[in-house]
Amino acid sequence: MNTVSNVKKSSDVGVDRLLHMYRQMLAIRLFEERANDLYTRALMPGLAHLYIGEEAIAVGMCEALDRSDYITSTHRGHGHCLAKGATPDRMFAELLGKASGYCKGKGGSMHIADPATGNLGANAIVGGGAGIATGAAFSAKYLGTKQVSVCFFGEGALGQGVLYEEMNLAQLWKLPAIYVCENNMYNEYTHYSETTAGEILARPAAFGVAAERVDGQDVRAVYAAADRAVRRGRSGQGPTFLLCDTYRHHGHHVGDISREYYRPKDEEQRWMSERDPIKLCEGWVSAEGLADGDTLDRMRAELTATMDAAVQSAMAAPYPQPHEVDQDVYA
Amino acid sequence: MLDTVTTTAVRELTFGEAIREALAEELRRDPRVCLLGEDVAEAGTAFKVLKGLVDEFGKNRIIDTPISEAGFTGLGVGAAMTGLRPVVDIMFGDFLTLIMDQLVNQAAKIHYMSGGAWKVPLVLRTTMGATRRSGAQHSQSLHAWPAHIPGLKVVVPSTPADAKGLLKSAIRDDNPVVFFEDKISYAKVKGPVPSHDYTIPLGVADVKREGTDITLVGTSSMVQVALGAATMLEQVGISAEVVDPRTLWPLDEKTLVESVKKTSRCIVIDEGYARYGVTGELASVIAEGAFYDLDGPVRRMGARHVPIPFAPPLEDATVPTEQQVVELARQMCHK
Repeated sequence: MNTVSNVKKSSDVGVDRLLHMYRQMLAIRLFEERANDLYTRALMPGLAHLYIGEEAIAVGMCEALDRSDYITSTHRGHGHCLAKGATPDRMFAELLGKASGYCKGKGGSMHIADPATGNLGANAIVGGGAGIATGAAFSAKYLGTKQVSVCFFGEGALGQGVLYEEMNLAQLWKLPAIYVCENNMYNEYTHYSETTAGEILARPAAFGVAAERVDGQDVRAVYAAADRAVRRGRSGQGPTFLLCDTYRHHGHHVGDISREYYRPKDEEQRWMSERDPIKLCEGWVSAEGLADGDTLDRMRAELTATMDAAVQSAMAAPYPQPHEVDQDVYA
Repeated sequence: MLDTVTTTAVRELTFGEAIREALAEELRRDPRVCLLGEDVAEAGTAFKVLKGLVDEFGKNRIIDTPISEAGFTGLGVGAAMTGLRPVVDIMFGDFLTLIMDQLVNQAAKIHYMSGGAWKVPLVLRTTMGATRRSGAQHSQSLHAWPAHIPGLKVVVPSTPADAKGLLKSAIRDDNPVVFFEDKISYAKVKGPVPSHDYTIPLGVADVKREGTDITLVGTSSMVQVALGAATMLEQVGISAEVVDPRTLWPLDEKTLVESVKKTSRCIVIDEGYARYGVTGELASVIAEGAFYDLDGPVRRMGARHVPIPFAPPLEDATVPTEQQVVELARQMCHK
């Protein structure tokens, strides 16, 4: 399964925090299941790239951030946006191209952005967030705000040169940037071993960027690593690179149904049954007696109701008016 | 045309000196302004345009970068979104090829894609213009490229006074602005520049010389070519009006069209390639707006459609000249 476990005890994270992270992961899972459903029922224009299976990374990272800290997200970005504080109704509205969406319907699934939660935007260019996130870290240092800036990206972005230009700048100037590589092992439809030479961690190491490998399915481990990276950033010690091993349960996008030609079914089954971040978390909660089953059931029921209501409100919301097409080109 | 009335001293400055003065004034006025680029600090850029700025503003604001155009431009985009007003220096316009994703897919689209939530007040200064004997990768005029992209503004100043006022406007603008400086003009073009703090709004053309028989629309270094041609045309009894759009976007269509309605004839002169370029766009705007007043088609003069060659006689043959403008204008005026 090729993952490294540097898991701490749940008690190290704190019961309240663990339950909060469980809740956040579950919210993302339920959101994404509904996004998939909207696509399947042909109610959503375009496509979406689901984050199901990778929830622990966005949630563990954002748990260590303040609301004013920055993130950049990716085409597979719903989880990052929700974990950073986006509300599901405006998210669904944007997925459906509605005027009440985060981008007034002009962005869509791959471009959700929200200044109020420090979300600099999801980006549909692979590695496209690297410059923006590093620039936000530059601002934070220049203005002395103590904010940090997290750049989420998939292992596919390891092929983009600009990522290394940004890591070089961040290390040269000791910027509070955190590069979070979500290695779900597939660059679209190609296993990363076919695209990635050498050791991934040797790349940040070449720039002197502090780097560590994290079990991306263990939200406690992600949070602990995120907390270390955030402390480094805020205290002026410079950037961190976190390599998070993970797996996407679904295909590259919602329409990627037949995957046997690039990904074996038994591999999918193993990750879903043995390495699902939400099931793992439930296991720790139950084994360590941190909450009873009723509490988790109630949480799920509440979130289900919230997500269903969010879908309903987004479905009922109006599209933007045609005359809005020319608005927001220039500030 | 300056939008401030209170004039103080007016000195003769070179094009490069006027740009440095604009930057120094904006750096003094706004602590959020910083400069990023290759050799911008002690070296003052390869063209020495920024010489001395680091002494006044320090290395925290005049920042030497690695040779990573995409890297520091992308960083500038993020910095612009989060409270700074960076001025990014791309030494040669040819290097726009290296930053196109940051400029076109990121900077230009962030405001729109976010439904107006984020702004990118970034200035990207770069250069254009041939005849420096620099070869095919350091001599292109690629200002048509960003002008093609919604979300970007594009400035092509021709005089020191315009350069100062337009650059200050660009820095205060909340949008990404690409500012093209003609390399030859840095030292060669001199002109009166007011010493006070003035701005020139983006999107206002300037009539550099009034005339009645033909309109010569020039951009950047081609404004000087048009003015030289106008002087020569005067000697054969042709009164040429010279109009400088100053910004490619926003574009002052009204001033262009009104001039041609008056003169009935027009040549558009630009140092970029004519094929799918700036001259085609300006000619089209003029033809659509002044069709019934035109004596004949709007004519275009641009760079010869070849990579810019090294050998001086070859390179010189790629750029429109005063003599060529005069010949075409005489044909059009039947004189």
